[in-house]
Amino acid sequence: MARIRLENITKSFGPHVAVDKLDLDVADGEFFVLLGPTGAGKTTTLRMIAGLEKPTEGVIHINQVNVNDWGPAERDVALVLQQYSLYPRLTVRDNLAFPLRSRIRKLSEADIDKRIDYASKTLRITHLLDRKTDRLSGGEMQRVSIGRAIVREPQVFLMDEPLSALDAKLRESLRSELKDLQMRLGATFIFVTHDQVEAMTMGDRIAVLNKGRIVQVGTPRDVYTNPRDTFVASFVGSPAINLLPGSLAGDVASVAQAFQMPITRSAAVEGPVTFGIRPEDVEVAAGAPNEARIHDVENHGIEKIVTLRVGDNLMRAAVPARVEVKVEEAVRFSWNPDKVMLFDAKTGLNLRGQAA
Amino acid sequence: MITTLDPHSRAAYRGWSDITIRNLFVIPTILFLIVFNIFPLLYSLGYSFTDFRASTKDPVNFVGLRNYMELLSDPNIWSNFTITAQYVIVSVSGQVIVGFGLALLLNRSFPLKGLITTLLLLPMMLSMAVVGLFWKLLYDPNFGIINYSLGLGKLEWLGDPNIALYAVALTDIWMWSPFVMLLSLAGLSAVPKHLYEAASIDRASRLYTFFRITLPLVAPILLIAIIFRTMEAFKTFDLAYVMSGQPTTEVVSIRLYKMAFQEWQTGKSCALAYIVLIMVLCITNVYVKYLNKAKER
Repeated sequence: MARIRLENITKSFGPHVAVDKLDLDVADGEFFVLLGPTGAGKTTTLRMIAGLEKPTEGVIHINQVNVNDWGPAERDVALVLQQYSLYPRLTVRDNLAFPLRSRIRKLSEADIDKRIDYASKTLRITHLLDRKTDRLSGGEMQRVSIGRAIVREPQVFLMDEPLSALDAKLRESLRSELKDLQMRLGATFIFVTHDQVEAMTMGDRIAVLNKGRIVQVGTPRDVYTNPRDTFVASFVGSPAINLLPGSLAGDVASVAQAFQMPITRSAAVEGPVTFGIRPEDVEVAAGAPNEARIHDVENHGIEKIVTLRVGDNLMRAAVPARVEVKVEEAVRFSWNPDKVMLFDAKTGLNLRGQAA
Repeated sequence: MITTLDPHSRAAYRGWSDITIRNLFVIPTILFLIVFNIFPLLYSLGYSFTDFRASTKDPVNFVGLRNYMELLSDPNIWSNFTITAQYVIVSVSGQVIVGFGLALLLNRSFPLKGLITTLLLLPMMLSMAVVGLFWKLLYDPNFGIINYSLGLGKLEWLGDPNIALYAVALTDIWMWSPFVMLLSLAGLSAVPKHLYEAASIDRASRLYTFFRITLPLVAPILLIAIIFRTMEAFKTFDLAYVMSGQPTTEVVSIRLYKMAFQEWQTGKSCALAYIVLIMVLCITNVYVKYLNKAKER
């Protein structure tokens, strides 16, 4: 299939720089996720790979070949968009056949039927084949749209927030279907999303983008446990990480002038830092060293997310569902000293470096 | 849905209800329509069954369907209709080709796009009679600029009975293509861009993309433009009347005008007007059926 390499890619629209000196290397058969907030340059990057936009600077390689001057058709990529982009007034079958009927391919009708048959079975849309596309539900439309990508047997699948327009239940099921599909096809997927759950659950590797730059590339585990800076730390993970200002002296962390807690040292840092602690590493238990009040409780079924108030600071903790807590109740808490992340108070960079 | 008035508004203060206000707006319009449209329509329907002549004080006699029978069996009237049909076909198809073509050209960004679009719309804002008069000058065999610039010598555009109708239709095309262009442009710009991107990634050729994506999506609005232009062309009067007095350009409206105001056959001309009305209704019905089909697909 295909390896995609972006080298020093910059894309500007007038004075606005959408993508800034971006380097990426996506391995063959990899499920690669571009994650970032709106305006981070994810979609622009994807469109440049597809050939819909030309990079202002830099080189795009597909299988070691510079494809900068190739149009979208020559690149042999498939694109699935959030808006589905189904061809109107055609049946599902005709939509699937559309890319195959291109004269460049010279496929026989029997071959076309075979491929449509395979794709529709894979996506379980066989019963929809003779329907007009405007009679489909959102999930069905997106399946057809993915099917239109599959029939082409492309080098790369490019997906631009394909699940964002779907409702939560459907999103969840299509998420695992997509991952499953990618593994079965063994194809290279580049998947754009702003939803960190999608990134974490599907990606082999994630590139976190912000303001046109790559902040961090790594496996979901990497990105989660060892975020490069406070941006990645707070973007990945739900409920979000607690970021608390404070200072460090020896093995003792003084957090926001409200409480003190021990940490396991990993970097030779003293003085002001930002502490990062994930809600699941905050423990609410009787006999713990610090006191807080319950500010808010969110019941998620399998667990509860409680917001603790310590002085003026709010801090979230994940507690088992069976724990009974009431708002404004006084509780005691501690944190897992091994899991505390240290970020530079000014730059927000992780002070532990790259060690996991 | 009837919403209640804001209790502090002046209307509420005066004790007006929503229904009162609605009636204040609607009743004048209804009255106007009844007096100036519906009443004359029915009145002329009545006249169409009589031998009424507006120029004399002769008693009016009911003649039943005689006017209609006479008109429908008159070969001259049929020739008027044939001329009208020729005119409609040439002029509307010309407008669609030129107008849609222009819209395709304009449907991209280029410098001075707004200005050029506005300039292209100008012909349609002129008065029909004025357009007719200066095209008559343009067509003039002796000093007209058309013959001069095309090197056609003394071609009698409006004098030659074989081409006069087409010369008038050409003027109509010049004048009304912008209308088709405007509607097509609205249709074209409503085609989502991502469909074209999807098609380009799917390696569809330009022609394939045009016939598979552009045309089906623009078809409904293009059909609306065609309906309007057909109705207008069918009852065209001014251009042909101003530009040419040839019998070969005597479209049905001109015949109607002569019958009513030169020959003073008021009753008969009412009958003819009704025949035209029914024909236009039939044609638009066919279009509307197509339109619904185009929308469904």
